[in-house]
Amino acid sequence: MQFSDSVFSKKGLKMKKSSFILILCLTVFTCSLSFAQFEIPEIPKEQTSIYDYINLLQPSQKNTLEHKLVKYSDTTSTQIVMAIISSTKGENINYLGAQWGEKWGIGQDGKDNGILILLAKDDRRIAINTGYGVEHLLTDAMSKRIIERDIIPFFKQNDYYGGLNRGSDAIFEVLNGEYQGTRKQDNGFPIGLIIMLLFIFFIILISISKNRRGGGNNGRGGGRRSTAADILDTIILSNMGRSSSSGSGWGSSGGGWSSGGGFGGGFGGGSFGGGGASGGW
Amino acid sequence: MKKFLPLIIIIALILILGNWGVGVNNMLVEKEGLAEAQWANVESSYQRRADLIPNLVSTVKGYAAHEKETLEGVIKARSEATKTTIDASNLTPETMAQFQQAQQGLSGALSRLLLTVERYPELKADKSFLELQSQLEGTENRINVERNKFNKLAGDYNITIKKIPTNIVASFAGFEGMPLYKSDPGSEKAPKVEF
Repeated sequence: MQFSDSVFSKKGLKMKKSSFILILCLTVFTCSLSFAQFEIPEIPKEQTSIYDYINLLQPSQKNTLEHKLVKYSDTTSTQIVMAIISSTKGENINYLGAQWGEKWGIGQDGKDNGILILLAKDDRRIAINTGYGVEHLLTDAMSKRIIERDIIPFFKQNDYYGGLNRGSDAIFEVLNGEYQGTRKQDNGFPIGLIIMLLFIFFIILISISKNRRGGGNNGRGGGRRSTAADILDTIILSNMGRSSSSGSGWGSSGGGWSSGGGFGGGFGGGSFGGGGASGGW
Repeated sequence: MKKFLPLIIIIALILILGNWGVGVNNMLVEKEGLAEAQWANVESSYQRRADLIPNLVSTVKGYAAHEKETLEGVIKARSEATKTTIDASNLTPETMAQFQQAQQGLSGALSRLLLTVERYPELKADKSFLELQSQLEGTENRINVERNKFNKLAGDYNITIKKIPTNIVASFAGFEGMPLYKSDPGSEKAPKVEF
């Protein structure tokens, strides 16, 4: 028994060694295959439509554009994201864009209706990358046309905002009506309903406590009861204050929860297959 | 009772091992299936390129009919490339090399064609040629992206079946490694499809 045991462990050790070498080879190989010099940023915590890594746009321009794209995503579920970097560091911009969109999961899962517009300022190149679900509308030729006709003329005059703004309008026109979407709520939880219910619940509580207070004043030991009711009242009031303030936020953004600060529900997990086009100026 | 104790222990061990083996087996089936499905995507993006070529050839012909040799080279390479398809369950290093060679032949013929196009400014300004050219660029990018996805999935599968103790189940159930798509010689530099 002891003998066979030792043989087995020896064998196991041998196997481990060979498999280790193999894994090492494979890792080295796959590393050399994906020779990405440009490090795609991790998925941001706050997922919105514009990531200006080099502060190319002015804050007001950025806000306008961001708002516009988020609003578009609210009505169509199609997520258009713009990322502005200085250089792809030698990487093919369309290849990088497809990897980027895939990594972040732009667009909805299943619909794959994400679009990533990647602008490399110092390379003087811009790429439109399309998810699988928009390829048939925003074809490669169409993407190229939008870049050449709508975006580059502005870029040539150093008007980056103008080009991006016009480009997004052109994309809206092309995609017109293909996807319709309800804005996904954060955490997929009907918070609005819960707040309504809480509100009703507190109104009922108030009326009950008022009745009680009335009864307490008439009967014995009223003092003690009324302080209890006061505490209850303050709790209710403070809660009401809280719920009403978040309720107003809900109203202002018209069905969404974050008031234009990003995509509702974040990136949806859409997938990219390398469609799109790029152009330089 | 004491007599049965070893028997019970052995049966329990067999059950646990069997259960584990089935789980590992199913996990491998899934990984293999995903990689094979991705191979289909790789082939379909190559097919997409092949589908563009008749249009491209006829457009070029309209302006540069006497570039016969180059045009015929492309048509020949295309038929060669579309002939060579691999069934996903039959991915071996040999079939993979064959497939790659056929596709590389087409890539070479295409780049020669695009080089000759340089001499025809009217063709370069032709609207349908411009559209085809952007479609071709997009398709080349699709090929790269799908290939990369395939290599990731197949590489992951290859590593999994070699790991201890999964490799025991893998060799027992006959799971074999998948060939990866090696980058084409000379393609370390990004494919040059400049116009």
